[in-house]
Amino acid sequence: MSRIFAYILHKGGVADDSAAELAAAARKIDRAQPCTAVVTGWGADLDKVCESLRGAYPEIWKIAAGPLAYPNAELVRQALLAVIPAGSVVLVPHSHFGVDLSPGLSIKMNAAYVPDVVDVEGAEGSWLKTVRQEFGGQVSAHVHCDISAGAVLNIRPGAFRAEGDAPAEGRVVDKSAQVGAPTARRQYVETIAAEAGDVDITREQALVSIGRGIGEEENIAIAEDLAEALGAVVSCSRPVVDAKWMDKSRQVGSSGCTVRPKVYMACGISGSFQHLAGIKGNPFIVAVNKNPKAPIFRVANVGIVDDILEFMPALAKRVRKESVPAKTKGAAHD
Amino acid sequence: MEILVCVKRAPDTSENEIQLAAAGGDIERDDLVYSVNEPDNYAVEEALQIVARTGGSVTVATVGGEEDEEVLRREMAMGANRGVLISDDGFTGSDGRGTAAILKSFVETGRYDLILTGVQAEDGCAQVGGMLAAMLDYPFASLVTSIEVLQNGKLKIAREIEGGSKEINHIDLPCVLSIQTGINEPRYVGMRGIRQIASVPIPTLGASDLGMDGGAAGRAAAKVRRVDYFTPPEGKGAKILTGSREEIVDQVMELLKAEGGLN
Ligand SMILES: Cc1cc2nc3c(=O)[nH]c(=O)nc-3n(C[C@H](O)[C@H](O)[C@H](O)COP(=O)(O)OP(=O)(O)OC[C@H]3O[C@@H](n4cnc5c(N)ncnc54)[C@H](O)[C@@H]3O)c2cc1C
Repeated sequence: MSRIFAYILHKGGVADDSAAELAAAARKIDRAQPCTAVVTGWGADLDKVCESLRGAYPEIWKIAAGPLAYPNAELVRQALLAVIPAGSVVLVPHSHFGVDLSPGLSIKMNAAYVPDVVDVEGAEGSWLKTVRQEFGGQVSAHVHCDISAGAVLNIRPGAFRAEGDAPAEGRVVDKSAQVGAPTARRQYVETIAAEAGDVDITREQALVSIGRGIGEEENIAIAEDLAEALGAVVSCSRPVVDAKWMDKSRQVGSSGCTVRPKVYMACGISGSFQHLAGIKGNPFIVAVNKNPKAPIFRVANVGIVDDILEFMPALAKRVRKESVPAKTKGAAHD
Repeated sequence: MEILVCVKRAPDTSENEIQLAAAGGDIERDDLVYSVNEPDNYAVEEALQIVARTGGSVTVATVGGEEDEEVLRREMAMGANRGVLISDDGFTGSDGRGTAAILKSFVETGRYDLILTGVQAEDGCAQVGGMLAAMLDYPFASLVTSIEVLQNGKLKIAREIEGGSKEINHIDLPCVLSIQTGINEPRYVGMRGIRQIASVPIPTLGASDLGMDGGAAGRAAAKVRRVDYFTPPEGKGAKILTGSREEIVDQVMELLKAEGGLN
């Protein structure tokens, strides 16, 4: 079997959660084969990251170069091509960086490419059996990939559980000399942080979150009414922001906010992995969706198969019925 | 600027509930509503806006069969100047790399300054643009959320990264960009627009027109094969509430009280 490498994402001297997940994915591909971590970057941060990986990887290849201080996919590709032997299997997180790097890397390695792998089910000869999802997670697919000339596999964040069985103390090998100073026709200029909005959904305890199922901009008022009754705030999935119906600061997900509410009501949201990536802290998830097979029902605590445009007003009415007498009681004490 | 936009016809997931076919292995395709892969509309809109600022023309191309012509017409009704159907029996069964190889051969028959794709299609692969760029040896950027044409043969682009932040880059032309949804508001196409385009001829190019040799695309060349579809594992699974709407609302009310959802 080919050698396996894992490309490690890191920021501010700390390895991304995906680092341990790639090690787990590598073990699932071939338990007998040690997986080598490859880390690119510059300066003290890079050394810190390499050091931190010694518990998870038997060998860590460090590539230090000034231009690699920011992970520009074009530069990283050159670095990887310089050190990784032909025919290897390279694991990359299926993140905003991974979709930038991996398709082109696979071509330059003349290797197969499978994006967004959620599981691996062994091999048959030179064909590796991977599992993917299509149609936003509505169906799974067995996807087989010929790795005889190597492969690049993008691994979905969170899909492989990091295991505890730490190998012997890994050693850091400096491969920088093989790379030199890479150059690119795409130059990184700067990063612009997300703008803050009128409310900070990351601090809210209860969110009424709406997705494409809301149908029309006018219907957002229905969600706002429910949220008001509950003392909650309205958040949303990406299509609602893409349609310019809500501000980007209301978007939950990998390219939006990470929220940690106690209760998350997902209304007309299918439950894509990019959306779920933004829901943390194990909230109580209530999903309302007219499709009983919607992927959101696989992760929610309770599910309601209904039309949100009917259900949300009904719930708002019920909440108000309950709280009106309570408020009147409160007023009597004043 | 001469811009090529690569588009694809795909089942419209907002219109369809995807089901497994009774025979197993494939999804139920009989009642699927197909349309242009929604993210591709953002790429076409962006191309049209760039051309409106700088001059030039927009070509839309798709690799597929006769039935895919309708998406080219739709994008032409949006304003694209030219549509090209790239079709050949030998292309059937291509993987992402095969599709990219076909598009590469097509790109080399013309002269494009900029090549755009949608961010991804229904399979979530997001692969053809990056592969095409590598094959052409052009620079590439994925998940692009704004494009500004600079004077010196470069673009200034924003790429989306985690948490809603943006990464600003300068990129040399010619290049390939994958366009993220939300970059613009794709214009509406009415039935009238589609009808006006209905009789415009759309050229079809096959492998020999592109000077492609047999080995680069098609089933035999594919290193990646989707073997079958299956029902995803249930996970922990939600407790589905049952009863009349009123009864369900009562149950939800109690749950919200218990879980701190009433503030
Ligand atoms: C790089 C990248 C980053 C991304 N980042 C994010 C992100 O940060 N956040 C995010 O949310 N997405 C993100 N996405 C998009 C993501 O892949 C999905 O496309 C998106 O989450 C789908 O949103 P949705 O569930 O609202 O819409 P859909 O998937 O279209 O689902 C709509 C759901 O509503 C249901 N429905 C429709 N009408 C009704 C009704 N009347 N009553 C009840 N139910 C109804 C349908 O059954 C369906 O399940 C990203 C994608 C990419 C490629």
